[in-house]
Amino acid sequence: MSEHIVSSKLYIGIWAALMVLTVVTARVATIDLGPFNTVVALVIATSKALLVILFFMHVKYASEKLTKMVIVSSIFWLLILLFLSLADYSTRRVG
Amino acid sequence: MSDSPIAVGQHGPELRHHFASVEQQRDAASLGMWLFLATEIMFFGGMFCAYLIYRMNYFNEFAAGSRSLDLKWGTINTMVLICSSLTVALGVRAAQMGKRKLLVVLLLLTLVFGLAFLGIKGIEWYDKYKEHHIPGQSFNADDLVRDYPQIHIDQQHEQIYFSLYFAMTGLHALHMIIGIGIFAFLTFYAWKGRYTPEYNTPIEIGGLYWHFVDIVWIYLFPLLYLIDRRPLR
Repeated sequence: MSEHIVSSKLYIGIWAALMVLTVVTARVATIDLGPFNTVVALVIATSKALLVILFFMHVKYASEKLTKMVIVSSIFWLLILLFLSLADYSTRRVG
Repeated sequence: MSDSPIAVGQHGPELRHHFASVEQQRDAASLGMWLFLATEIMFFGGMFCAYLIYRMNYFNEFAAGSRSLDLKWGTINTMVLICSSLTVALGVRAAQMGKRKLLVVLLLLTLVFGLAFLGIKGIEWYDKYKEHHIPGQSFNADDLVRDYPQIHIDQQHEQIYFSLYFAMTGLHALHMIIGIGIFAFLTFYAWKGRYTPEYNTPIEIGGLYWHFVDIVWIYLFPLLYLIDRRPLR
């Protein structure tokens, strides 16, 4: 990671986007979208997480590929944990 | 400073001699931190997995429990954490540019936001205590049964929601307390002038931890507070 100094304007822009998305997600939750309420909440949360990871955590500017590999694989492991567990529990009856 | 590993002794005190260059040293520290964060993702992942399984089975109880949380405080706390992440990001920038005073001010602001978050969390927990929503002997969800006659609420299953609520927000708060400790340490050494444009890895690494804890909350907020806030039919 040859040091990349991000402009404060960009940081403040990301902050503003995160604040707006927080208000949007709290507001949208009170509107009836059927099953899409959960989808919208998770899409907004993931967009916020991506903004933090890419800009605040400087992953966008990381030259070290190993760092990106660690991040992608840890998300992959998390998805294995969640999906395989849910595949099991959702296909059997729990009292 | 030289990029050549042969030029031993030709570098400043900021570079440990087993690294070839300052860049390599910084990359190694950052990679190590990301590996730690990978273990943290799996650590919180177990809790999220438990949450998903029980939410799937006891959706009504989870929805009612979620409605009983204070949306206003939850939203404000999310914003407080986002502000703290901004001050951390700007702090890293101040360290990179060698602005010592600005760095100290931004780190102090981060501490203030972090403590504000914990204070608000304390208010919310105290409300739950007063409402007898803390799992255990005195747990009582009669108020939820009364408030939401449209849905069937099982008291035992309601306790599972609140157990997960306290476990997840508690674990997150513990991470916040540790983060505040780390940042108090960083603030002290920033004030002493330890961090320079050549050596600011601790600020960057501490920042990665802080942002990670922020991301956990970014998911906890919709998953705990916004399960089902739609108008009841």
